[in-house]
Amino acid sequence: MEVQLPEYSLRIMAPEIFLFLWALVVFTFDLFTKRRTGTAVGYLALLGLLITGVLMAVTSYGTGFGKMFFNDPLSLFFKIVFVGAAFMAIGSSFDITRQKIVNHRGEYFGLILLSTVGMMFLASSNELLSLYIGLELTTIPLFVLAAFYKDDKLSVEAGIKYFVVGAFSSALLLYGLSFLYGLAGTTEIVAMKIRLAETHIAHGNIGLILSLAVVMIVAGLGFKLTLPPFHQWAPDVYEGSPTPIAAFLSVGSKAAGLVAFIKIFVNGLWAFWGQEMAPNDWGVLVGILACVAMVYGNVVAIRQTNIKRMLAYSSIAQAGYIMIGMVAMNEHGLAAVGFYIFAYMFANMGAFAVVAIVEDRTGSCQIHDYRGLGWSSPLLALSMAVFLLSLVGIPPLAGFIAKYKVFAAAIAMAGTGSSNTWLYWLVGVGLLTSVFALYYYANVIKQMYFHTEASPHSIRFSLPAFGVVLIGLVGVVLFGIYAEPILEFASELPVMAGVIPR
Amino acid sequence: MGFPYLLSSLVFVPLIGMLVVMFLPKQNLGTIRWTATAFSFPPLLASLWLTWDYFFNHAHTYLMAYVEGPFDWIPSLNIQYYLGVDGISVPMVFLTGLLSTVSLLASFGIKERVKEYFAFFLLLEAGMMGVFISLDFFLFYVFWEIMLVPMYFLIGVWGGPRKEYAAIKFFLYTLFGSIFMLVSILILYFTSEPHTLNMLTLIEQGSALPHTLQMVCFIFFFIAFAIKVPVWPFHTWLPDAHVEAPTAVSVILAGVLLKMGTYAMLRISWPMFPDALRTLSFWIAVVGVIGIIYGALVSMAQKDLKKLVAYSSVSHMGYCMLALGAFSSVTAIAGCMFQMVSHGLITGALFLLVGVLYDRAHTREIAAFGGLGAHLPVYSGIMIFFSMAALGLPGMSGFVSEFMIFVGAFGALNKVLVGISVLGVVLGAAYMLRMVQRIFLGEFDKSKWGGLTEIGLRETITVAPLALLTLFIGVYPKPLMQLMAATLEHLVRLMAR
Repeated sequence: MEVQLPEYSLRIMAPEIFLFLWALVVFTFDLFTKRRTGTAVGYLALLGLLITGVLMAVTSYGTGFGKMFFNDPLSLFFKIVFVGAAFMAIGSSFDITRQKIVNHRGEYFGLILLSTVGMMFLASSNELLSLYIGLELTTIPLFVLAAFYKDDKLSVEAGIKYFVVGAFSSALLLYGLSFLYGLAGTTEIVAMKIRLAETHIAHGNIGLILSLAVVMIVAGLGFKLTLPPFHQWAPDVYEGSPTPIAAFLSVGSKAAGLVAFIKIFVNGLWAFWGQEMAPNDWGVLVGILACVAMVYGNVVAIRQTNIKRMLAYSSIAQAGYIMIGMVAMNEHGLAAVGFYIFAYMFANMGAFAVVAIVEDRTGSCQIHDYRGLGWSSPLLALSMAVFLLSLVGIPPLAGFIAKYKVFAAAIAMAGTGSSNTWLYWLVGVGLLTSVFALYYYANVIKQMYFHTEASPHSIRFSLPAFGVVLIGLVGVVLFGIYAEPILEFASELPVMAGVIPR
Repeated sequence: MGFPYLLSSLVFVPLIGMLVVMFLPKQNLGTIRWTATAFSFPPLLASLWLTWDYFFNHAHTYLMAYVEGPFDWIPSLNIQYYLGVDGISVPMVFLTGLLSTVSLLASFGIKERVKEYFAFFLLLEAGMMGVFISLDFFLFYVFWEIMLVPMYFLIGVWGGPRKEYAAIKFFLYTLFGSIFMLVSILILYFTSEPHTLNMLTLIEQGSALPHTLQMVCFIFFFIAFAIKVPVWPFHTWLPDAHVEAPTAVSVILAGVLLKMGTYAMLRISWPMFPDALRTLSFWIAVVGVIGIIYGALVSMAQKDLKKLVAYSSVSHMGYCMLALGAFSSVTAIAGCMFQMVSHGLITGALFLLVGVLYDRAHTREIAAFGGLGAHLPVYSGIMIFFSMAALGLPGMSGFVSEFMIFVGAFGALNKVLVGISVLGVVLGAAYMLRMVQRIFLGEFDKSKWGGLTEIGLRETITVAPLALLTLFIGVYPKPLMQLMAATLEHLVRLMAR
């Protein structure tokens, strides 16, 4: 029997392969230069990401490795978010690598790049196993990064906690995936969708096993997405880990969870744009989790005094908003998810960058230490205020367009039939809780501006950190006023995920 | 003669001004003040010219004038940049232009963080102008929300002792209202065919919506707008915000922000949902009457002069709601518009004058004063003039508007209800006259207030145009009526569909 080798098409993997090799270069760079490189290794990592971006731009769409690896608009969109988040995380890491992480700069930056490679593979994989491997490659470097302040109790605790919870959630995910494999007999997602639909039509109901699989996978990915009740690691880990890593966790890792979710649930378990064909209705389950996330995240965030914990709870709530877009299965839903995570990247990475700068100079993450920042460091505080207002969803910032799009998607879906009217409630909860959100975001602004006695620290910051804040600021303002190109790009997402016909 | 992009300039000139002010050197207070004021002059002149030109060339028709667009802004969401004005927006644009310049002039006393203050003020002006001229729902919402941010800062940074509480209360309350508007906008968008956010199209199609949907959207819009007005029982943010805000911000709050609520009702929800309006109009009038009486009674009990003026706003805006309840009468709706303009002028001036006194005496407690009339004749004269205007003395704009509202509402509404509302005039006279009596008449405490100085030239200049307009509209209301007549008739036709 002749063995037929699949088409490999390595060329469409060029960005991933390049970034992987570059990560190895960054790792070893320190060895050759005897750890005396200063900030050069950081710039090296940034350069690698820039080149990856260029490669992404020139790489054509297509499939490789049989049908395991897709390079389509969906994966490209998320890859842009991953690379952007990594870029901003590395940019805001320069200050801590100068002072706190002196001996392991290469490892630090290299691990961020490796994690990014994992996310990119994940976004492109169209097969359950490679998807799982991508997710692991994303997470394992992050375990190390979370614990990177070796002498700091909180950081080590963060690393251990994230490791234990992450390993547990991976196990759940893998268990759920094995059920899916058992039901469909294939790990390829598109083929799985067809097999499941066939089984569904032949037997009426696939039943308990599929429900079990859905619950397992939702739980497994829920950890990544910080959806309650799988969110509990997030505040502790965000608080303990280095601030840029917390930022990367809250954006990159969340976006990775989202893309995995889209692959499994939308590509795989939402069949053929018709509800009668759908093998299982996971929407209500996710809708309830989203609801809990918004209420819980926004309410608990009000009580926080540490800004990193506050941003952790706010990111739990933001995950809830994103999932509203996920359960709205129409031409707006996934586009809203895409735009949301894109806008969220700028605002959240920017906010964490400001937190990192302030923490670096004052040594504190307490919200009351932001008192008077608006008058001692006007640019920094103004940027922070803009990021927070974007997270609330005040126009004309990008966060507002994102929320508008998400709620528009849900209302459009709710109007399509009586079985979807529960989405109105989801929208109601989302909007009401965004009023709570205003309270705690405005509290930071209040600290920065309403106390007019100037704070003693006039904060200076380094060029890369300033660059990150500026990127965030420009992104939030620009894509609020001129959102069309991104919305246009994001409108490909539902097509690619098979929600609406091509 | 016409200016291209006249309406856009109303929004963008203050925005550019904000950016310019932000980059001025911090120490140069004079430059900052005059630059900011200078950037409010083009919109003022534009709004004057707009009023003039509209009156002579466009007032005979209800069609939108000076239309810009619709240009595509975000095509994938059908969002357009679409501006235009008609007979109800022109007076509001005029009021905004006038009060913005007046308030900027009145802000020269701000000593702390001058640069940021004026930058926020110009952003506020841009937002307010935008609300009154946008014809796309999304654009309208954007301007409506943009305004909250500078307002939050202006109250929170430059406000009185309880500024933090007042600022966040204002922000949360208004955002809470806005989310209802957002839901309504989205529902309307997805029920329209083809999907559109164009207000004029949606107004045309609105009456075809099923009754339940009309009711839901109407009530949602009502919550959003009623909080802004504020209609009793949504008024509780108003006294806090007014009392804590610096003088000029109180002027803008009373003069322009409150009008946005009633303007939005007239522009959007009233003509869009005629069925719902018919069902609910009586209850709207009832809420209005409660506001009139409640506001007046609470004013009477106030010890703080600024709080008295703040609660009198609740009472005065109650007249607007009563008129809006009597939607079938052109006279009542015209009275509502008159009341909006005249309340903007009179209450704006009253807040300015309270500020003048507070700057000198550092207290606003009514009981602390007495006999100021002899010591400060000019100030007392102006203050008494505006108090008389506020209580509706014939010959001033307040009388015209209240008279029109009563005449209109008496024909269109339950007569007992209108009868009760007339009590508000008596109560209004009572609290205003008591205030005048206790501050300006009686014993003068020379040892305490002997050092008070007379109202200055800049302060007189700021209130003078308001006084002249109050008198002009009071004596000769015809031009304003002619300006709005065609639009109002069209609106009433739409509401009576």
